[in-house]
Amino acid sequence: MELNEFIENFADQFDETDPSEIKADTVFKELDEWSSLVALSVIAMVDEEYEVTIKGDEIRNSETVEDLFNAIKAKA
Amino acid sequence: MYNPYSLEGKTILVTGASSGIGRATAIECSKLGAKVIVTARNAERLKETLDALEGEGHQMICFDLNESDKLDEFVAQLSVIQGLVSNAGTNKMSPVTFIKEEDLKEVYQVNTFSPILLLRMLLKKKKLEKESSVVFTSSLSGIGTVGTGNGVYASSKGALSMFVKVAALELANKKIRVNAVCPGMIQTQMIQEGAVSEQLAEGLADYPLGRYGEPKDVAFAIIYLLSGASCWVTGTNMVIDGGLTIR
Repeated sequence: MELNEFIENFADQFDETDPSEIKADTVFKELDEWSSLVALSVIAMVDEEYEVTIKGDEIRNSETVEDLFNAIKAKA
Repeated sequence: MYNPYSLEGKTILVTGASSGIGRATAIECSKLGAKVIVTARNAERLKETLDALEGEGHQMICFDLNESDKLDEFVAQLSVIQGLVSNAGTNKMSPVTFIKEEDLKEVYQVNTFSPILLLRMLLKKKKLEKESSVVFTSSLSGIGTVGTGNGVYASSKGALSMFVKVAALELANKKIRVNAVCPGMIQTQMIQEGAVSEQLAEGLADYPLGRYGEPKDVAFAIIYLLSGASCWVTGTNMVIDGGLTIR
């Protein structure tokens, strides 16, 4: 599991946000488009792409995209 | 003592009785004088429900309702009942883009197919006495108040809520009543595990009564529908939602 690829997949869950806005240190909950639907999409994407089941907790406890990446990596 | 909601003299089968709304309903039914048959998949938690029941003559049967080829065996061993609380349910949150066929099949099996097939088998084996009451646990989402990520769950409950109407119509000649309860967000394990915490926090502000529901809030509605007090009520989807759908 690789960070840049994860960032790409993560950015894919947004419709309006330009992918270039999303980097490893982006505080994703501060993005205008962040919503519970995007959160659910991220959970579903992680399940599909990485076969890791995450819950609301992992999302709540992560600040940046990289934090979330690390949380998922720890469960992989 | 005068109590039109008494369940004395009734035997009531409760599915999904190992936790949440099912457990609360089983306990309250026993307190109102019913003999309760509790069923669920998890034996350990089901036993906890059994131990929490008041009075004598209750029974627990550990069974997976989704094993439809064993359903007739399960029903055959039951005594005749006067009430069914078809409550076992499951949830899978998934945005439309990510819905998987296997999730659809699993959720529909538990929430839609098994409840319908259980009622069918109870009727076929003549286990539901005349004037019985059948109560399904549906959901607000089953009658059109939905949230994002709810497609699989809401559509499974929607099917159940409409089935209630047909069953009510067909069974009216036996004076068997068929209703559903449609709760808003209830504090149960199923919800805690399934929902995204952001959703829970956002959602609370929409409830005029200022809190999410407790399993007991739904149990009391189910008891009304089981009791003789509701003898002229059939085919309804009763909303229990702390006022959520007012707005």
